[in-house]
Amino acid sequence: MLNNSPYVRRPASVTRVMGTVLAALVPAIGAYVWQFGPAILGQLLLATLTALACEAAMLAARGKPLRLFLTDLSVVVTAWLIALAFPATAPWWLVVSGTAIAVVVAKHLYGGLGQNTFNPAMVAYAVMLVAFPALMSQWPSALPDAITSATPLDALRTGLREAGASVASVRADGSVFGSLAGRGWEWLALAYLIGGLLLIQQRIITWHIPVGFILALAAISGAFWLADSARYASPVFHLAAGGSMLGAFFIFTDPVSASTTPRGKLIYAAAAALLVYLIRVFGAYPDGVAFATLLMNILVPLIDMKTQPPVFGHKGDNKV
Amino acid sequence: MNALRKLFSFNGGVKPATHKAESTRSPIVPVKDIPLPPALVLPLHQSVGGTPRPTVKIGQHVRRGERIGAADGYFSSAVHASTSGTVVAIEPRTMAHTSGLAMLSVVIAPDGRDEWADLTPPDWRNMPGEAVREYLRDAGIVGMGGAVFPSHMKLVAGRQTAMKTLVINGAECEPFITCDDMLMRGYASEILAGVLIMRQLLGAAEALVGIEDNKPEAIAAMQTACAALNDDAIQIVPVPTRYPAGGAKQLIRVLTGIEVPHGQRSTDFGVQCFNVATARAIHEALDYGRPLTTRVLTVAGNVANPRNYEIRLGTPMDFVTRQAGLGPDTDSLIMGGPMMGLRMPALDVPVVKATNCIIAGSPALFPPPPPEMPCIRCGECARACPTDLQPFEMYWHSRAKNFGKVQEYHLFDCIECGCCAYVCPSHIPLVDYYRFSKTEIWDRERQKESADQARERFEARNERIEREKREKAEKLAARTAAGRTAAAAGNTAPPATGNDDAAKKALIEAAMARAKAKKEAAAEGNIDAVPAEKTTQAGMSAEDKQALIDAALAKAKARREVADTGSPSPESAPETKPAKKELSSEEKQALVDAALAKAKARREAAGSVTAAPATTDTPAAPAEDNTRSPAEAAIAKAKAARAAGQTATEKPAKKELSPEEKQASDRCGPGPCSGPESGE
Repeated sequence: MLNNSPYVRRPASVTRVMGTVLAALVPAIGAYVWQFGPAILGQLLLATLTALACEAAMLAARGKPLRLFLTDLSVVVTAWLIALAFPATAPWWLVVSGTAIAVVVAKHLYGGLGQNTFNPAMVAYAVMLVAFPALMSQWPSALPDAITSATPLDALRTGLREAGASVASVRADGSVFGSLAGRGWEWLALAYLIGGLLLIQQRIITWHIPVGFILALAAISGAFWLADSARYASPVFHLAAGGSMLGAFFIFTDPVSASTTPRGKLIYAAAAALLVYLIRVFGAYPDGVAFATLLMNILVPLIDMKTQPPVFGHKGDNKV
Repeated sequence: MNALRKLFSFNGGVKPATHKAESTRSPIVPVKDIPLPPALVLPLHQSVGGTPRPTVKIGQHVRRGERIGAADGYFSSAVHASTSGTVVAIEPRTMAHTSGLAMLSVVIAPDGRDEWADLTPPDWRNMPGEAVREYLRDAGIVGMGGAVFPSHMKLVAGRQTAMKTLVINGAECEPFITCDDMLMRGYASEILAGVLIMRQLLGAAEALVGIEDNKPEAIAAMQTACAALNDDAIQIVPVPTRYPAGGAKQLIRVLTGIEVPHGQRSTDFGVQCFNVATARAIHEALDYGRPLTTRVLTVAGNVANPRNYEIRLGTPMDFVTRQAGLGPDTDSLIMGGPMMGLRMPALDVPVVKATNCIIAGSPALFPPPPPEMPCIRCGECARACPTDLQPFEMYWHSRAKNFGKVQEYHLFDCIECGCCAYVCPSHIPLVDYYRFSKTEIWDRERQKESADQARERFEARNERIEREKREKAEKLAARTAAGRTAAAAGNTAPPATGNDDAAKKALIEAAMARAKAKKEAAAEGNIDAVPAEKTTQAGMSAEDKQALIDAALAKAKARREVADTGSPSPESAPETKPAKKELSSEEKQALVDAALAKAKARREAAGSVTAAPATTDTPAAPAEDNTRSPAEAAIAKAKAARAAGQTATEKPAKKELSPEEKQASDRCGPGPCSGPESGE
């Protein structure tokens, strides 16, 4: 009775937003199962249950309505991203503690839904990678005879350390490599791309961050590759390898922790691509998506402040 | 030619369900087919300008079209009897506004004859422009799209720029509302006659009638009438259907490509914008001499037969809705559309010039909003905003009561169209937060203004006391000198002129020093010093008395000035009354002010979207002055209050800002809803 205009609302909800993100992850889960076996399903379930339990506990502790916030599905999105980002061979406790850190520390200690400065899933990944680097670097193999193997990015970097090695020679040796990047990983990248396009089509994300990230990563890796193709992998490899596609459509686009203005999103995504490349190629870690996300999250307020779009009537092209 | 016209686009906008088909099945019910209500309540304040003075007395017989309220100054508009009958009361009645405030209204008991007053159409073609404008003011012509800005004030070309385009707003973008649609279908040639008048008064080169393309019948009717005129300089232009395409600035943008910035007049860009119903009203006034006594409005929502009616101004809304078969479960009436409309405080408030639509609301039609969730910064609101704002940023800062920041994000460019709240997946009542922020900022501005006045008052008083003291000292010295001279003359001893001068000088100096000390004390903000000195100088009691009287007079005057300048609406009277108690009962005051300013904000917003471009300019005037940060205002206020030595300001000067903020947070709890709701 007391509410004011507008009295009508579009049937939109946080649950619908998060549900669409989950739906967009389904192709990738399918590709994962197909290429790496069904272990990921158990990991998804484990992460989901842990996340819901932690969310419920934190909501109760903070005196927030349980039903309203548990059904918004935001914590399930976090759980699924953790499950997909962690190696499927990781021990159960690694997933559980990573998820707990994401929900309790990165989300609720920062104020809960909408308040987290850092992407919770990437906080979990970064913390676990620093704490348990060996466990976080062993991935299930797409090959029938091996249980685990290094990721293609890891294999490439390790291979290039040997004298006289070139990208071509390492890729020819390594069984983890496929035709674009890693065996099996290429399909996963394609599945993330399909899911990401669904997100754009459903207006859950805008094109700015994925396009900005992909173009910037292609440009940076392309420049190095053109300069020395023996030492540096091609742009196609970088885009199809590791977490590039997952990051481009599902991680960097997290609305809470990402830049929000159109120009800001492009800057944010391009800078993230630069960091990803630098960490991958010159850093000590196998992939740079998580660290790039967290570093860029810090810069978001500054980027947003400096990229405010001009408002109606102040665009400078006023006189026609 | 029409097909070739290049249209422009504005960003954002939404496409809510239109609900327009229901009320467009049958033509407008003419006024003669609607029974007379038992009483017509005609509020005197029916424009955004000054409140007209009543020109009738209780018991007086009036005829339809007779003036009952005369315009108060140029920025005002007259009010007329809408039927013949007897004035039975002139008293405050609840007005058609969410605030539920009452304002002076003339109540007419109809005599059933519905006689027109003697009407003589003016020879407007041979009258100077100024006389035509005054005629329109006295005919009560205001913007009929809901903004009710006095139309005569908009019929002046800009000083710098030649008038190029007259934009006629037939877009009607709000859901449910179809009064302009039906008016264009039924009265196309009358509308165009008004357009010709306006084009002539403005000296505009062309006139463009923008109509949303979901009204093909209206477009066809207008095009037929336009073809009959055989005038190439008038064009009927279908525009894409997208709310808020009918916002004056949005329509000007679509038709001309010009973006009129907030705070500037569209005439400075050679454009002026009027609603189609205003065009017809101008035609009626100038070609037939008929003042504005009726208007066409849509009755929709929870009614059996949604339809358009030509209704006498002052008809109670429940009487109107009963004509359409008001649903029994109606819980409220909304004046305007579902995006920007105002919820009426009662069912029987009168139809006014702004009433373009009455929507009967029911729990089924407008269910209560789902629970508010935290903002997830999805940016959907920014994509929907037709003004290219970042609504979620304004929301964050409004919630934090960081009003300086809210203004940095261009709060006052917001037209409160509601698109952001419409799309928000977290169901946040975003517009309520902006209204709350605007209200708070206006409130602080007002407080700062009154503090400024208090300081000026105090400084003037100090100066006067000092001057009086000096004069007194001089007089005393002169008298002493004269006495001595006389005495010296009697003693025949030569007067020691040097000594005499010295004494005089000493006296003056002593007085000056005293005055200076006092002034310094005041300047340092040592409020105790003033009364302390008063008590020590017993001889000043008469002066003090005089000063008190002066202060009281000045205060009264200042209060009157605040009432005059603060707001042109009658609401300003109650808000300035408790000015003396402002500091002690600030909470109460703030609540009242909040409701009032909110009302004002909403009216301003209604103005900017549904009718004329200039409407946004004048009511927004207080906003223009709000560029200074509230913190600055608070500090200035603190300084001034301290200087004025008001006993209520016991707060330490340097900490002035924090108690104030504390107070603000006390007033509105930390909960997400409590902010805007506190204005209710």
